[in-house]
Amino acid sequence: MELVLTEDQELLAQTAADFIRQHSPVSRMRALRDTNDPIGFSRDLWKQMAELGWTGILIPDTYGGAGMGLADLAVVLEALGRTLAPEPFLSAVLLAGELLSRAGNEAQKQAWLPGIASGEKILTVAYQEVRSRYDLNRVTTKAERQGQYWLLSGEKIQVLDGQTADAFIVSTRTSGTANDPVGITLFLVAKDAPGLKLTSQHRVDNRPTALLVLDGVKVAQDSIVGSLDNGYDALSQIVDRATVGLCAEMLGGMSQIFDNTVAYLKTRQQFGVLIGTFQGLQHRAARLFMEIELARSSVMAAARAADANDPDWQSLVSLAKARCSDGYILAANEGVQMHGGIGMTDEYDAGFYLKRARATEMTFGDAAWHRERWARLHRY
Amino acid sequence: MANLEQFRTETRKWLLDNSPQGVRGLILALGEGNWGGRKALYPNPDMKRWLGVMAERGWTAPEWPTQYGGGGLSKAEAKVLREEIVALKLPEPLSGFGLTMIGPTLLQFGTEEQKREHLPKIVRGEIRWCQGYSEPGSGSDLASLQTKAVQHGDYFIINGQKVWTSYANLSDWMFMLVRTDPNAKKQEGITFILVDMATPGVETRPIKLISGSSPFCETFLTDVQVPVKNVIFKVNQGWTVAKALLNHERSMIASAFGGGGKKRTMRDWAEEYIGLEDGRVADSALRHRIAQYEMDNLAFKLTADRSRDAARAGRPPGPESSMFKIYGTELNQRRQELLLSIAGPHALGWEGAGFTDREITLTHDWLRSRGNSIEGGTSEIQLNIIAKRVLGLPD
Repeated sequence: MELVLTEDQELLAQTAADFIRQHSPVSRMRALRDTNDPIGFSRDLWKQMAELGWTGILIPDTYGGAGMGLADLAVVLEALGRTLAPEPFLSAVLLAGELLSRAGNEAQKQAWLPGIASGEKILTVAYQEVRSRYDLNRVTTKAERQGQYWLLSGEKIQVLDGQTADAFIVSTRTSGTANDPVGITLFLVAKDAPGLKLTSQHRVDNRPTALLVLDGVKVAQDSIVGSLDNGYDALSQIVDRATVGLCAEMLGGMSQIFDNTVAYLKTRQQFGVLIGTFQGLQHRAARLFMEIELARSSVMAAARAADANDPDWQSLVSLAKARCSDGYILAANEGVQMHGGIGMTDEYDAGFYLKRARATEMTFGDAAWHRERWARLHRY
Repeated sequence: MANLEQFRTETRKWLLDNSPQGVRGLILALGEGNWGGRKALYPNPDMKRWLGVMAERGWTAPEWPTQYGGGGLSKAEAKVLREEIVALKLPEPLSGFGLTMIGPTLLQFGTEEQKREHLPKIVRGEIRWCQGYSEPGSGSDLASLQTKAVQHGDYFIINGQKVWTSYANLSDWMFMLVRTDPNAKKQEGITFILVDMATPGVETRPIKLISGSSPFCETFLTDVQVPVKNVIFKVNQGWTVAKALLNHERSMIASAFGGGGKKRTMRDWAEEYIGLEDGRVADSALRHRIAQYEMDNLAFKLTADRSRDAARAGRPPGPESSMFKIYGTELNQRRQELLLSIAGPHALGWEGAGFTDREITLTHDWLRSRGNSIEGGTSEIQLNIIAKRVLGLPD
C-alpha cells in the first residue's frame, strides 16, 4: 500500500478544488440554510457532479459508473468537505449505491445504479433508530410475513436525504431478539408506499434528514436486498466503507477551518501586534497541524486497505474515524476560540464547521465507540 | 540495473566469506553497538575482527570517498550493502558520532588536511567522537553559549564547561562550539573546533539521571590549548556548521522512536497485571487508553510511511516530516506511562527483592523517557519550528 496520490487522483483533486471554488463556496451552504431550502442541496450541481463522473466513481462500469475505488472518491469528498457542500454522496452513493452494488440482485441494480450514476435518482438507507446509537444490530423496526408480502412497522430517525429520496433501504428485524445481529433483513421501499410517513428534520448542521415512520407498509418478497435474516453483515460492511468516505469529508472540513484560523492569526492585530506572534497560539496551531496530518495518513490508509480488502481494513476504518472525529472537533473548537468574539457570530463561517464536526462525529460511531471496536478487533 | 544485481551477488559472497562466526546472528540493542576508539573493549573478539575486515574495505563508511578510507559506493550500492548485512543477520561493524555527525560535516566543510587527518581514523574505528554543544546556561538557546576561546598565535586557549555530552568519558575527540567574539551578535561569534580529549585541562564527569546512571557527562575545560588548524570552516562562522549538524541529530533521534514493533504487546502486559474477563481486559478505562495509544502509534507510523512513499515517488519532502521528533518522543512517553498504569504498584521497584527484572527495567525506562521530550531539541522548540517554518506564523 502506497500512501501517495496517483497522478489520476491528483488530477481529480485539482478538478474538484476548481469546481468548488467556482460553484460551491461556503456561502452557498449558508444560502440553502437561510432560504430554508426544502431539499437541502442543489439538484443542478448534483447533475454537474454526475457529468464529471463523481457520482459514478464507485459504481461498476456495467451500470454506468467508473468502477474505481474509495481512494479516488476520497479526494473528491475531501474537496467538497472543505466548503461543506451538502450533495448526497453519503446517502445515495456510499450507503445505498454500495449496498445495492454488493448485496442487491440484478433487477435492483439495473433499476437504481444507472440513475444514481447519472444524478437522476436519490436513494438512501434508513438504519438508525431512537435508541440504537451507533450499533447497527439494534433494530426494533419489524417486518412480519403476510402470505406473499411483508408488513413493515417502526420508526427510523435522521434518515439522510429522506425528503428527496425516491426510495429507502430499511433495516428491519425478521427474527431474533432486539440486539441480535442475526435476523436483520433489508427491504427496498418506494417513497410513495402507503403507510410511509416522512417528516423533515432540521439538524444543527443543516444537512437534510428525515424521520421515517412505517405503519404496516406492505412490500413484496423481491424487495429484500440481500437475503432473509442476513442483512447485518452487508449493512455493517457498507457502513464501514461509507465511514471512509465520511472521514474524507471530515478531513476537508478540518483542513479548511484550520487554514482559516492560521490566516486569521496572521492578520488580526491586538495590543499593537499580530496575534499570530503569541507563542500560546503558535503552539496550539502547531499541535493542530500534527493532528490533521495524522488524520490524513489514517484516511489514506483506510481507503486503500478497504479497496484492497486487506485483512485489517476494518481496524483502519476505526482508526480513521476516531482520528477524524477528534481532529475535526479540535480544529473547529480551536477555530472558534482563536477567532475570538467573531468566531461566535453566525455571520462568520467558523460555527458551520463546529456544527458539522459534531454531526460527523455522531455518524457511524464516535471516537470512543471506535476505540472500543479497535480493542475488540485486536482481541482485548 | 544488472550491475547492481551483480554487486549484490558479489557483496553477499564477500560478506559470507569474511564475516567471523562470532558475529553471525548477533543482535545489538540501541547503544550496544561498537563505537570504537582508544578505550574500546571487545568482549567478543570476533567483533574486533569484523570491524577490521569491514574497515579495510571502507565498508564501515560505505559512501565516503575512497581517498579518505571510505567505500566509495553509490547511494544505491550502499543500500544493497545494508540490505545484505541485515539479510545475513550481521551486526553493524561500527557506530557513533564519527560516522553520523562529524564525518559528514568534515566532508562538507573540512579542509583537505583535516579530511586526511580525521576521516580514516573514523573509518577504522580508532577514534571515537563526542559532541560539545550545550552548556549549563545554554540549552534551547544554544547560540548563547559562553565557553570562551581566545587566540594566542597558532593556538586557542579554551575555558568553560559543556554539559549533556554523551559518552565524553569514553571518547577520544570532541567537536565543540566555542565563543570567539563576545562582542558580535551571538550567532556571529561562534567557532566550530575539534578538541583532543587527551589535551591537558579537559576533565569529564558522568551525570547521574533520575533514572540512574547515564552516558551523559559534564566536561570542564581549563586553559585547554587547541591548534587554530582544528577550526572547521571559519572563525566566527561555526553556527553555520552547527545548524547543518543539528538536522542530522534530530532525524537520528526521531528514527529511534519511529513507532516500530515492540516485543511484548500492551495486551500481554494487561493480561498479566490486570487480567481478562470474558476474554477482554478487565478494566475498561485502561482498555481505552491502550486502544488510544495503539491507534496513535499506528497513525504515526502511517505518517512516516506516507513521508517515505512521497520521497520514493520523487515528491518534495512534505511538512509532516517536521512533526516526527515531537510526536515520536511523546508517543514513547505515553507508552511508558501506560505500562506504568498497567503494572500498578509493581512498577515502583528501583532494585532488589519483590520486583522482577522486567518490572525494574520498566520503572527505569519510564523515568528515562521523561527526557525524550527535552533532549535533541525540546518539544516546545519543535512546536516553534512547526509554527514558524511550516505554518509561517510571524515572529
